[in-house]
Amino acid sequence: MAQLTVPPEAETLPATAELERAAERAASRRGLLLSLPGFAYLFLFFALPLVIVFVYSFATRSSTGRTILGDWNLRSYARLLDPFVLQIAWRSFSVAAVATVICLVVGYPFAYYIATRRPAVRYTLLVLVMIPFWSNFLVRTYAWRVLLGSGGPVSRLTELLGLGQTRLLFTSTAVMIGLVYGFLPFMVLPLYASIERVDFDLVEAARDLYASGWQAFRRVTWPLTRPGVIAGSILVFIPSFGAYVTPEILGGSRTTMLGSFIVRQFLSARDWPFGSSLSFVVMTVMLVAALIYFRTGGKTL
Amino acid sequence: MSSLPVASTDPARAPSTASADSAPAVELVGVVKRFDEVTAVDAIDLRIADGEFFSLLGPSGCGKTTTLRMIAGLEFPTAGSVRIHGEEMALRPPNKRPVNTVFQSYALFPHMTVAQNVGFGLQMQSVARSEADARVRDALELVRLTGMEGRRPKQLSGGQQQRVALARALVNHPQVLLLDEPLGALDLKLRKAMQVELKELQRRVGITFVYVTHDQEEALTMSDRIGVMDAGRLLQIGTPEEIYEQPCTRMVADFIGETNFLPITVVAAGRARLPDGSEIHAAVHDPADEERTLTVRPEKMSLAPAGDPAGAANDVPGRIHRRVYLGNALSYEVDIGPLRVHVRHENAPGAPQFSEGDAVSVRWDPAAAAVLDK
Repeated sequence: MAQLTVPPEAETLPATAELERAAERAASRRGLLLSLPGFAYLFLFFALPLVIVFVYSFATRSSTGRTILGDWNLRSYARLLDPFVLQIAWRSFSVAAVATVICLVVGYPFAYYIATRRPAVRYTLLVLVMIPFWSNFLVRTYAWRVLLGSGGPVSRLTELLGLGQTRLLFTSTAVMIGLVYGFLPFMVLPLYASIERVDFDLVEAARDLYASGWQAFRRVTWPLTRPGVIAGSILVFIPSFGAYVTPEILGGSRTTMLGSFIVRQFLSARDWPFGSSLSFVVMTVMLVAALIYFRTGGKTL
Repeated sequence: MSSLPVASTDPARAPSTASADSAPAVELVGVVKRFDEVTAVDAIDLRIADGEFFSLLGPSGCGKTTTLRMIAGLEFPTAGSVRIHGEEMALRPPNKRPVNTVFQSYALFPHMTVAQNVGFGLQMQSVARSEADARVRDALELVRLTGMEGRRPKQLSGGQQQRVALARALVNHPQVLLLDEPLGALDLKLRKAMQVELKELQRRVGITFVYVTHDQEEALTMSDRIGVMDAGRLLQIGTPEEIYEQPCTRMVADFIGETNFLPITVVAAGRARLPDGSEIHAAVHDPADEERTLTVRPEKMSLAPAGDPAGAANDVPGRIHRRVYLGNALSYEVDIGPLRVHVRHENAPGAPQFSEGDAVSVRWDPAAAAVLDK
C-alpha cells in the first residue's frame, strides 16, 4: 500500500537532488567570483597594511627616528606598561565608558519614544536622528568649537543666567559633549530596533499581573531590549575608545586620548614601532568588544 | 481571594464590606470610551453576578475588547463607572485591581520559564516564596501542565501556551477572570476541547469569568449569560436561550445562528399579513397597518405536502426553490410569494422529502418566532 502512494517520479528524485546540489555549488562559485574584487581590495588596502603594522611593532626606532627592520624585539610592547601610557589608556577607557553610559541614559528614553509613535511620526524622527550623518563629522565637531568657545552661545547663556563666564572648550567636558553628540545615533538606532520589536501585550500582561510601571519595565521591557542595549553600547564604546577627531579638536593637552597619542607616535615622535604596538593592542581590545557584540546583540542590527 | 488588597481611595464611593459582598462582581454604569473622534464603547450598562460565566459577543470592532480592557484597567473610560464587587475602579491602574486577564496572544513572557511566568503575579504581590511555589504547582496541576515548569513558552504547543496563560491568571485567585478570545488562535478540534475544559474549570474554581468572543457557538455553549454588542452598544443581554429564541433586534437575530426575516404588516393584535397576502399568527400588539419584521429560525419551520390538513397555527403555501442535502439535515429554500425562506429538516427516518418545484405548506408555531421593530 505504502509503495503505491509513492509517485513514479520518485525514482528520478535522487538525480534531481544531485542536480540541485550542483547548481548550488555553481551558484556559490559564482558568488565567490563576484566578490573577488571586494576581497582583493580589502586584502591590498586593509589586511596588508595591518600585517605591516604588526611587523613594525616588533622593530626598533633609530636615534634619528627611522625604523630599523631586522632587530626584532618586544620593547614597544614593554613600553605600553609605562605609567604615562597606562594613564592615557585608562583615560580613554573611562571617557569611553562614561560616554557610553550617558548615551544609554539619554538614548533609551528617546529610542523608546520613537519606537512607540505611530509609523509616520516614527520614520520622521528616525530620519532626524540620521540627518547629522549627512554632513562631515570634522565640520560638525568644529561647530562645537564655536558653540563652546569663550564668547560662544553656551558661555553667553551662563553669563546671562548669572553663573559667570564658562570655559568649556579644551576641557574633558567638551570632549564628553562632543563624543556623546557624535555617537548618540549609534546608540539610538539599535535601541530603537529592539524596542520596536517588543510586544507591548507583554507589558500590559505584566501590569495586569500586579507589576507597577517601573516593575513592568524592569522585568519585561528591559530584558527584552537588552540585545539593543548591548549593541548600542558597543557601537558607542568602540569609536569613543579610539576617538581621535573629537579630543583633538575639543580637548586640550590634559585630555589626550589613545587615538591622538598613537597619531603623535607616527607623525611627531616618529616612533613607528611604538605607534604600531599601541595600535595593535587597541585593535585587539576593540575586536574583543566586537566579538561580544556579535555573540550577544549582533542580530538586532 | 482574601489575599488580594481590597482598599478604596474614595471613601464616598466605597461601600461597606457587607454591601460589597452582595454587589455584582462587575458593574458598568454609563461607560463610554472614545479614542479621538471614534466612540468605541457607547454608554454601556452591565451587571455581572458573582460566579457567572458571562460572554461579550459581537463582530470585530464592536467594542467588546475595549470593554474588557476597561474592566482590566488597561484602558480608562472616558465617562462612566466601573465597579468590581461594589468598589469603584474606573481610574485605578491594572496592578491595583483584583482581576486578571488571559490575553488573545497569551502574552507569555518569552524570557521566563513556565514556572516563572505563572509565578510572576505572586512575586509582584510579594507572596512568600514557599507559598508562591505551592500555588504555582497547584495552578499548573489545575491546567494539567505538571512537569513543564522549566520549559520556555516557545517550547510549548499553542494549547499548552494557552493553559499557561490561564494558570498565570488563576494562580492569583482573581475575583474576576477576563478572557479575550482565548481560544481564537487554536485549531477547531482543540478549540472545542478547550471550550469544555474552560467551562469545567470555571465551575470548579467558581470565579466570575468575563469572556470576549466573536464566535457565537462558543458563547452559546459556554455562557450563563451573553451580552451581544455592536457598534459600541450592548444590544441584548440574556441567557443563551433568550438570545437565540427571542432576539430583540435584527442584528442579534442575524449574528447568532441562521434565521429568516419576514416583512409583515399588522392586521390586528396577534395577527399579521405576509407580502403574498396570507395571514399568520404573530405576537404583534401594534396598531393595524404598522410594518414589522418577523424572525423565524430555519429549524423552527417545517414543510408538509400542499393540501395536507393544517397541523400548526401558521400554515402558508409555498414552492420548493432549491433542496440542499447536508447529510444530517436537508435545507430547503422555499418561495412564499415574493419571499424566500430557509427551512431545515432533520434527516430522520420517515421524514417527508420534497423535490425542487413541489408545492408545499410552510408551518411554524407563532411562539417560535420573534417580532422585531423593523
